[in-house]
Amino acid sequence: MIIKNKSIVEDDWAVLRLGEGEAADSVLVAPGRVIVPLNVWQAQRETLQTRAELGVWLASSDRPEALQEDIKKFAVIAVDFPKFADGRGYTIAYLLRERLGFTGELRAIGDVLRDQLFYMQRVGFDAFAVRQDKDINDALKGLSDFSENYQASVDQPKPLFRRVQRGAA
Amino acid sequence: MYRYDQFDHQIVAERVAQFRGQVSRRLSGELTEDEFRILRLQNGLYMQIHAYMLRIAVPYGLLSAEQVRMFAHIARKYDRDYGHFTTRQNIQFNWIKLPDAPDILADLASVEMHAIQTSGNCIRNITCDEFAGVAQDEIVDPRPYAEILRQWSTFHPEFGFLPRKFKFSITGAANDRAAIAVHDIGLAVVKNDAGEVGFRVLVGGGLGRTPVIGTEICAFVPWQDVITYAESIVRVYNQYGRRDNMYKARIKILVKALGIEEFRRQVEADWEFTRGGPCTITQEELNRVTACFTAPAYESLSDAAAELDVLKSDNKAFANWLLRNVKPHKVAGYASVVLSLKKTGIAPGDATAAQLDAAAELAERFSFGELRATHNQNLVLADVKQTELFSLWQAAKDLGMATANIGLLTDIICCPGGDFCTLANARSIPLAKAIAECFDDIDFLHDIGEIDLNISGCVNACAHHHIGHIGILGVDKDGEEWYQVSIGGAQGNGSSIGKVIGRSFSFGQVPEVLARLLTVYVENRYDDERFIDTVRRIGYEPFKTNVYATPVEDDKELAGVDYELLKIGAPYDMPYYSPRF
Repeated sequence: MIIKNKSIVEDDWAVLRLGEGEAADSVLVAPGRVIVPLNVWQAQRETLQTRAELGVWLASSDRPEALQEDIKKFAVIAVDFPKFADGRGYTIAYLLRERLGFTGELRAIGDVLRDQLFYMQRVGFDAFAVRQDKDINDALKGLSDFSENYQASVDQPKPLFRRVQRGAA
Repeated sequence: MYRYDQFDHQIVAERVAQFRGQVSRRLSGELTEDEFRILRLQNGLYMQIHAYMLRIAVPYGLLSAEQVRMFAHIARKYDRDYGHFTTRQNIQFNWIKLPDAPDILADLASVEMHAIQTSGNCIRNITCDEFAGVAQDEIVDPRPYAEILRQWSTFHPEFGFLPRKFKFSITGAANDRAAIAVHDIGLAVVKNDAGEVGFRVLVGGGLGRTPVIGTEICAFVPWQDVITYAESIVRVYNQYGRRDNMYKARIKILVKALGIEEFRRQVEADWEFTRGGPCTITQEELNRVTACFTAPAYESLSDAAAELDVLKSDNKAFANWLLRNVKPHKVAGYASVVLSLKKTGIAPGDATAAQLDAAAELAERFSFGELRATHNQNLVLADVKQTELFSLWQAAKDLGMATANIGLLTDIICCPGGDFCTLANARSIPLAKAIAECFDDIDFLHDIGEIDLNISGCVNACAHHHIGHIGILGVDKDGEEWYQVSIGGAQGNGSSIGKVIGRSFSFGQVPEVLARLLTVYVENRYDDERFIDTVRRIGYEPFKTNVYATPVEDDKELAGVDYELLKIGAPYDMPYYSPRF
């Protein structure tokens, strides 16, 4: 199950993570909906791009610009959080949405926990693969911690001071 | 000062609810300590040696009397009757129980305060000139910009998990009193040739393990663009700052690694996308925020120099206080007063609940109900009538807050150190106390003159020892506490990083080492030359030579019975059961 568009839904994508001894150019990508690592996409581009639906994931050390040419090909782009305290994924998401114009599903994978979902949703994630050992129903509540924000981001392109009449106590 | 509107209230109230939920999930075991630690740190809650410590944000150091009374309430109800003002103009409480933390935040919210982002790898409380709005050398009041940046940085969704902490400081005056050169981003308000307001932006300054003076990245960013420009700096840092080694994770290391030209190029490349966009600050927003910082209802007065001269000649103690603790004001007939939290015998920066209440009352009586916390760990009443200085002095004296030592040797900047902090290698507070006692002679202190003495218990440099004229750093040698001494550091316009004079000293040796340094100064100084200027003129060698000329006796008595002495005259009973000493 994942959270998508603020609901808990079945997950029909598999995430491929390279195992030990597996190489990006030779690993077998199962048929169907698979989210492959960036390096697998880069190594097997020719065969993968014939698929009906494509998914790719970026490590926190990957550059989103690597997908610039192909961005419209992907139904899903996932960003991996190796640890929740690794905040690079927030800027990766922001850049995918704001600079690269990605409009498909943007999914957070890895160490994805309730208390980070609010920020993640603000920078453009709309799907969350909550860590397996956590209660996904509980995590869903993290999306509504705040009802207002000061600054602009992907979810809200204008800062508060341009959106509302401020000053009333 | 800035007042919350409905949106500020709502965001802070939602934060209290969110944190209450997180604490209850921690207490129920739903959150592991590893998961909770980062959440609580983003809310200023540290686990220290004895208890939790809660650090409360004092945005750019500005406080109302009501807020200071709330500190007193928190000290009484949830702590041990005192709080500690920090070098980031914040206040922290040392004896907090985890289940109480949400209630404290709710109490704070009722007076428009919070503890958001006072710790953790995020943008921290923005510090500012403590004399903003009243200083004679001010070009532009920086507080409206500090408030606008506070709001921008509060819960910024992209920057909640940076490689490391991130600190802004901002000054609007000719003389930098906000140490902007040692911040991740330092902002100096400037006017260009056309008279337009903007910011000179420094980046990559910092203390800690690798002290660096910030480098100018842009000479003039128009005020409208300061959010987008700062956002681009932090965005580049979030992507490329090192995450493999926490000691190399600050932005200063990235700026050094890339070089300022390449770093600037990356920032400007990012800025191209947002410059002039919706995050550009509007005149309406600047006006709205600026309206909160208008001048109070000053009376039309003239300077009371003659009257003060009479009082001075009658009363040497008052004269000393005027000289050290009273600062010039841009409005005739007014002055700014520093209430010293550095009385000999108390921990530097500590204030008891009674003192906090009393300080609030002094603010209402003498200074339009406002106070400021300084990064030198004192309090300021910014708008005092000169004709009321004598009454204020008498009242402050009764409260133990009129020690005439501002800017002098005993105005020690000091971190909590080994008595409280799990990071410390050595005790800071007892050393500060020992030093203050050894040099507790007001005539001697005034003769030595201006000198910044900073004591940090570890390399994290919370007490900014690198920029002290004399800096003392606690180091660990085989599990024992030792102190490394440096000289020649300075904050402000001529910022410099101090240089270590040589091998380190034991606790009991430090006062004698200071005495030897001061001897060299006294023997070599020109008339009104400050310690730091003598160091710069004659160099380190004469100081070093004199300190190491003969063995420095270890004052065993000082080190040995120190804690017994500490309790006497201390305003609270400080337990001494750190496992390390």
